[in-house]
Amino acid sequence: MSNVAELSSNRLPQDLIQKHGSALDAWFDERFAKKLKEVEESKTPSLAIIATKGTMDWAYPLFILASTASALGWDVSVFFTFYGLELLKKKLNLQVSPLGNPGMPMKMPFGPKWFQGINWNIPNAVMASVPGFEKLATGLMKKTVKNNGVASIQELRDVCVEAGVNLVACQMTVDLFGYTHDDFIPEVKDWIGAASFLPVAQQSDVCLFI
Amino acid sequence: MSTTAQELDARGLNCPLPILRAKKALNGLQHGEVLHVRATDPGAVKDFDAFCKQTGNELVSSEQTGGEYVFQIRKN
Repeated sequence: MSNVAELSSNRLPQDLIQKHGSALDAWFDERFAKKLKEVEESKTPSLAIIATKGTMDWAYPLFILASTASALGWDVSVFFTFYGLELLKKKLNLQVSPLGNPGMPMKMPFGPKWFQGINWNIPNAVMASVPGFEKLATGLMKKTVKNNGVASIQELRDVCVEAGVNLVACQMTVDLFGYTHDDFIPEVKDWIGAASFLPVAQQSDVCLFI
Repeated sequence: MSTTAQELDARGLNCPLPILRAKKALNGLQHGEVLHVRATDPGAVKDFDAFCKQTGNELVSSEQTGGEYVFQIRKN
């Protein structure tokens, strides 16, 4: 009887501990490690991304990571806020700006190899004052992407939609910039705020701010 | 003996398209059937290895012939 009482208060009998304490520890450690492994292996990994930028160069890493994670069988959620909402527009019209973007190489996607290898170092002042420079840079980037067999943003987004990636958008931004829900693809699953997405991010294994 | 159930030509495609296309093709296969992938993206070698480990599909073979990479993936 006393054993039961002790066990029920989560204590093992003293004599049992004295006799088999180290063996019990070893048994528990082994069992715990095994259980933990089982739990980890059966868990579906999850990815949460907060997308805040609306240009082509920021859209690529986002959609590549989201689509690849979905292909790996992960649960993926993306919260689009501020300029990130551009990426959910029905008609994508993403640009890329080399202005104030010093990491971006300016290369020509045509001509002989030596010519394509040149990095055109164009001063910001020139980029800023030449009308249509951004359009030109965007055109060149799109051509480079195509030449290299890299997917278009549209294609990667379609993969995400097909795979059931949880695409959610910031309602506050919609109001702030005067959009309507009709401007965006119907696959947007929810219109939410930071308070709704943070708990999703908290539960995720990987969380990225892009 | 494994027979190829489907061929996927991912030549000329770059990361992450070979993986995305393979995933799509695998969705249409039955358990135990083999997908045969041809690719030219050198990154695909490590990517398919990681993809199979993560998704539990078996990477039966991963070979390089000429400038091409050939993968055989058995659906789990």
